[in-house]
Amino acid sequence: MTQLAEHERVEVNPELEERAEKDKARRGLLTALPAYVYLIAFFAIPLVLVFVFSFASRSRTGTPVLADWNLDSWARLFDPLVAGLAWRSLWLAVVNTLLCLLIGYPFAYWIATRRAGTTRNLLLILVLIPFWSNFLVRTYAWRTLLDVDGFVTQFGEATGLWGQLLFSLPAVFIGLLYGYLPFMVLPLYAAIERIDWSLVDAARDLYATGGDAFRKVTLPLSRPGIVAGSILVFIPSLGAYVTPDILGGPNTTLIGEYIVTQFGAARNWPFGAALSSAILIVMLIATIYYFRSGGRTL
Amino acid sequence: MRCGFWYVARLMSASAVTLSNVTKRFGEEVVAVDDIDLEIGDGEFFSLLGPSGCGKTTTLRMIAGLEFPTEGSIKIFGEEMGIRPPNKRPVNTVFQSYALFPHMSVFDNVAFGLRMSGIEGSEVDRRVSESIDLVQLSGMAKRSPRQLSGGQQQRVALARALVNRPKVLLLDEPLGALDLKLRQAMQLELKDIQKEVGITFVYVTHDQQEALTMSDRIGVMSHGRLLQVGPSEEIYESPANRFVADFIGETNFIEGQVTAPGEVKLTNGALVKARTHSEPGSAVTLTLRPEKLNVNSPGTDIPADRCSLRGKVHRRIYYGDALYYEVDIGTVLVDVMVENRPGVLRWSEGDEVLLDFHPEAAEALTE
Repeated sequence: MTQLAEHERVEVNPELEERAEKDKARRGLLTALPAYVYLIAFFAIPLVLVFVFSFASRSRTGTPVLADWNLDSWARLFDPLVAGLAWRSLWLAVVNTLLCLLIGYPFAYWIATRRAGTTRNLLLILVLIPFWSNFLVRTYAWRTLLDVDGFVTQFGEATGLWGQLLFSLPAVFIGLLYGYLPFMVLPLYAAIERIDWSLVDAARDLYATGGDAFRKVTLPLSRPGIVAGSILVFIPSLGAYVTPDILGGPNTTLIGEYIVTQFGAARNWPFGAALSSAILIVMLIATIYYFRSGGRTL
Repeated sequence: MRCGFWYVARLMSASAVTLSNVTKRFGEEVVAVDDIDLEIGDGEFFSLLGPSGCGKTTTLRMIAGLEFPTEGSIKIFGEEMGIRPPNKRPVNTVFQSYALFPHMSVFDNVAFGLRMSGIEGSEVDRRVSESIDLVQLSGMAKRSPRQLSGGQQQRVALARALVNRPKVLLLDEPLGALDLKLRQAMQLELKDIQKEVGITFVYVTHDQQEALTMSDRIGVMSHGRLLQVGPSEEIYESPANRFVADFIGETNFIEGQVTAPGEVKLTNGALVKARTHSEPGSAVTLTLRPEKLNVNSPGTDIPADRCSLRGKVHRRIYYGDALYYEVDIGTVLVDVMVENRPGVLRWSEGDEVLLDFHPEAAEALTE
């Protein structure tokens, strides 16, 4: 190595360095700009509007009026009827998330542990195939299957296990489970596939039975997938509208349907807005908490 | 009862691990391990040495119970292992990439085996800290494996295995990921630890230097077969075949034909003495290590008990601690290593030279 003479040393100009940094930041902003514009225009502003409307009042005909700001709509959230609906929705979303986890985990584990990459890809494609057709169409397909002369009903009646399920809570569960299972399987697969299997070997070598190794190593290490999958299933389940509307009956009204009613037939925009905002806040808090519990690995 | 059984088993055979006719196939075509017979003695530091894909790791995994042999039997202290799962074998493994549990502290990693075998409370604390001290990681118990350097992680893996006091410790290229200086230091430390705990080590490596330095005995493997088993010196000084000679250290191969007992005529016409048991007339390959040869000027008198070869310096390579000469003996280039001591004669490319060696250093191989 040759030593540079004093006068040959390259001076680092702090001004130049700063300008380079700024340029870099500007280029970064430029690439993200379309996304920013889109999200602000069609996501952030509407959300703020919803929040604003929740404090609005109504004219005699029910038209929202952006004056006489009040908390009436928010106060109505504690109405027993609303609380009952919220409770039912929450309960349904929790159960659906657990069911998806229970069914999705073994399946994701099975896919992730296939040795050949082609087998894994094929199975993943099978999981994704339903997305090729419209969700609404698929839900109507379930309606046909669950209807009086539908296959599921006829099978149930022939075996004496169940009758007609359409327009009941089981039908809503079937629809939700069917609709959101892939959202559970995919993140679980991604997490399980990443697990270093020599860790399981190590656990077995250190006197763990197969079950112990699963509980102490595989399960904790698939937690990022469990957390991500649960969030992806829980949130849309809680706000589900299409599924309970098409497959459910009068006794299965959920919070999502109730909100739609406020903006439609009931003509109570402020109350609908307050309900929407409340759900948003609850989910935000729950999600942050859940992510935190997922730890640094997420 | 169990202790009594172990006592009897150990009396019956002094070998820690016995492999008889062990074969492992993956699918129809891949034969990872091909009919291996091996006995590893109690308290021995035994290395399985070979290039990657030679079946050494599969052999280790079969002893651990992480794979089961397709054919043959594996006994540990006389007890047939069969298809006994890894958690029921008296062995522990140090894995190649350490396989430390990333979601547990160093303490919990080391305590894992103890807790799984039902040991609890202060006994766990005592043995874990004892084990952490043994590998010189005192004070690191609460850290996460992520916060440790490669060398420290390696020590945790060692502590995690040793804390269970296994009858046999299996090590799968444990030093492979460390840099050279650290690896050399750890080699000596591992050897010391083995002496201290007194248990059998079965060590898998592709690094011949590592195997030679640490092992009591070495088994050289290639393509699933065990080619030669013996003490380090025997493996290096009298390799059983061309593969072993080539894989362990540097060597020259010179083709020739046996003319009389202990005498070989090389393809360049030179008649030399060598260690051979082959019948006169059979074709052999002499293996001659570079450090066993001397370089002299052409007119030098070579003592009668030594052999000589004429040649011409083709190239000189400077290694720092040694000089390498590639000497053209007419048919092949022979590498000669000369230690770089003060006053040593230096030869230049194109110089005529006379090489000499002791017949004991030339092993005639038939394979």
